[in-house]
Amino acid sequence: MNSQLLSQIQNGEPLAVARAITRVERGGNDARNLIRALFPYTGRADIIGVTGAPGTGKSTLVNALAKEFRTREKRVAIIAVDPSSPFTGGALLGDRFRMQDLAGTGIFIRSMASRGQLGGLAAAVSDAILVLDAAQFDVILIETVGAGQGEVDIAKHAHTTIVLEAPGLGDDIQALKAGILEIADVLVVNKADRDGANATAAALEMNLNLNPDKNAWRPPVLKTIALQGKGIGELADAIAAHQKYLGENHLRAKKEAARFNDELRELLQRELLHKKLQNVAAEQWQTWIDEITTRRRDVYAIAEEILNG
Amino acid sequence: MSDTPIRVLVAKPGLDGHDRGAKVVARAMRDAGMEVIYTGIRQTPEMIAEAALQEDVDVVGLSILSGAHLELFPRVTELLKEKGKTDVLLVAGGIIPDEDIPQLNAMGFTGVFGPGTNTNDLVKFVQAEMAKRRMHNAQ
Repeated sequence: MNSQLLSQIQNGEPLAVARAITRVERGGNDARNLIRALFPYTGRADIIGVTGAPGTGKSTLVNALAKEFRTREKRVAIIAVDPSSPFTGGALLGDRFRMQDLAGTGIFIRSMASRGQLGGLAAAVSDAILVLDAAQFDVILIETVGAGQGEVDIAKHAHTTIVLEAPGLGDDIQALKAGILEIADVLVVNKADRDGANATAAALEMNLNLNPDKNAWRPPVLKTIALQGKGIGELADAIAAHQKYLGENHLRAKKEAARFNDELRELLQRELLHKKLQNVAAEQWQTWIDEITTRRRDVYAIAEEILNG
Repeated sequence: MSDTPIRVLVAKPGLDGHDRGAKVVARAMRDAGMEVIYTGIRQTPEMIAEAALQEDVDVVGLSILSGAHLELFPRVTELLKEKGKTDVLLVAGGIIPDEDIPQLNAMGFTGVFGPGTNTNDLVKFVQAEMAKRRMHNAQ
């Protein structure tokens, strides 16, 4: 990569940063070379994830939170992920619609489609984070797709994960379930002006009381009304407190290790799959699928043939 | 390369508050496999240009019903040029009198689509234009 482009990205020039993200989304050798050049300049940014069910107010909260960080003199970038259609591959990326306050503030917003990736993010999110990190943003806010109970990939990427709830979505049994609530470093009951906000917060607190490790970080449960900016300063403080906790307990490095452990495994999976399938003709593949659907052979037998081939 | 989804920004500059047409267009493009960034109504030219730049879109689609297209559209194209975002296909829609179309074409709006447009025609137009551009860039 030429040094001019590298310095443009490092200076956070929007055109260069935006194009670099397009290149990592496209993948291939070009993306690899770009990441190789940028990687030594990463590792500085605070990565904050925001997740929660559709309609809990993630985009509106991110909008308010970004403004709050801006007043605290931070350079902010946002990655907002929405789902791709499993049928057409198309996507309607509507998060930006709720972030109109941020226009002209120097905050960089990028919408990404999940492009078939499960887990609540897009495959290129990790590389897009690296681009924004190299572009010297202090804070990178990542908004996941509207998550269900099991979309927990964000916790592998973020230093601090915020899980949003809204009043009236479930009872105290929902709060006991494994999955998304477990990944929270900060729990937020948004739309707190609605009925049931206190009950939702209480159910979350009760669940936290049952955590066996009393010395571990206890996620604060905060109430916000993101649309009015209420509770956002307290949320930013809670995030700062969590980051301080990570630093004091050498947990940030541990989180990074877990993140790259995961990334390396995922990369290997993709590459090995590609390597094994690149010389398989489409007709051969179709034959295998036919053999399976007609019950002549099973998926394990075919997989073994491919792995040994 | 050609299987990279086409990225489109759909925005409504100006003050008219009716976005049904823009939403229908956004949905049709989504169903055609494109990635559509929908920013909605009351967008200033500055907001549109900034979004096009950050999102690195291939296509900017502007919808307008208020009649202010000859004031607002050139401002968008100027800002895009200023910011160096020159590789974008510009498409306009809404209530636009026929006699204004040559002027919009001259500003760089390759396609201008009025009321009653079949969304299939719009989708085909964008796909064909993008195929041309990507072929050209690959050479």
